[in-house]
Amino acid sequence: MADAPTPYERFIQGILPENPVYRQLLGLCPTLAVTNGLQAAMTMAGAVAFVLFCANIITSLIRDLLKPHLRIVIFTLTIATFVTIADRFLAAYMYQMSKTLGPYIPLIIVNCLIICRCEVCASKQSVVHAGMDAIGQSIGFAIALGSIAAVREILGTGMLFGIRVLPELWPDWVVMVLPPGAFLTLGLLLGAVNWYGMQKQEV
Amino acid sequence: MKPIEPMEPMKSSTLDRIRNNYVVQAWLVLILAICFGGSLAAMQLALGPLIEANKINETLQKVPEMLLGPQKAQKLTKDKQLIIEPVTIEVETNNRKVFYSVFKAKHPNGSPAGWVAKAVGQGYADKIEILVGMDHKLKKITGLFVLDQKETPGLGNKIITSEWRRQFVKKKTSVPLTVTKEGAKAAHEIDSITGATISSRAVCSIINATIKDLRDPLSKRKN
Repeated sequence: MADAPTPYERFIQGILPENPVYRQLLGLCPTLAVTNGLQAAMTMAGAVAFVLFCANIITSLIRDLLKPHLRIVIFTLTIATFVTIADRFLAAYMYQMSKTLGPYIPLIIVNCLIICRCEVCASKQSVVHAGMDAIGQSIGFAIALGSIAAVREILGTGMLFGIRVLPELWPDWVVMVLPPGAFLTLGLLLGAVNWYGMQKQEV
Repeated sequence: MKPIEPMEPMKSSTLDRIRNNYVVQAWLVLILAICFGGSLAAMQLALGPLIEANKINETLQKVPEMLLGPQKAQKLTKDKQLIIEPVTIEVETNNRKVFYSVFKAKHPNGSPAGWVAKAVGQGYADKIEILVGMDHKLKKITGLFVLDQKETPGLGNKIITSEWRRQFVKKKTSVPLTVTKEGAKAAHEIDSITGATISSRAVCSIINATIKDLRDPLSKRKN
């Protein structure tokens, strides 16, 4: 393929031009569910990065053996394995965090971001491409989760990483750490990113 | 005119038939499943004990709070920490043997502080694992804590909130608890969580079963 993206392009695209949350609108379940605190959001981003990287590498290694009608089964199988590893690892070494994230770690299995990257990139390109793609997309996902979580945590509790940053006078907007806050923040940030993109195009 | 004979289907060769067999088609899936299964088993062997240890530690830390309430448990100074002794109680219900992990707590001066039992039961989504604290006479519930649950986020998982759990404190063990939607009035009634009646009922029935199973064996043990 002459026009296939190079590893570097794959890496750069994942961060902003093809940001998983702000551009592709993928992986919104964890984006909405675990972004009420920066710490939980970053753990989730780390878990997704680990699963995405491993799944991409494995898929890329076996890409010539894949049969079209069985590929989704294989993607899911691979993803489920690494998610289970991540889940057990968190339960063993970060027990409290694993309880906070609860069912959302096992739910990474059905995160469409990972299956999309396996399908779009890893099942067609070399291991280097797949690895760079995974790293780029993971950074993009972490930026998206981090930005939403930072807004929600600061406005909702006046704290960042559990440390108070706003003065005590700040009336905590509790709605921001509740589910509606996730939708509000995501919508506004999504609008801001799109607006910024349009401004750039006009110039 | 001779009728046209329908064409005989082409006989597929043995090799083709083997190639189209669904097991052969799925060879990669099967091999990957075995490899992944093996690696997961190995990981479980390595991390399983650590995860169990984490759970036991959490349980032990919760025991004083279950018996004395959160405020008093925090005020316990080092020399006044409760002495906790784990016990396994075997109970036979419905021709089935059930094992309960129970923690017997004593004050340092020897006076009994109470019992904390670990119980598991079916919730709405998956098993719910709870800790129930009871006073040493087994007359009242002194605390409730949810160790593990996978109930619906936003609805059923509210069973972990202290606001909901607080209702159970000081309930009598002699009458089984019931869940009500219309605001608890009687002493044995528990308010259900809006949108999560099944989860609320599940917790109550786990507690009821645990108390029913354990009251006799524990009161006998005391002497």
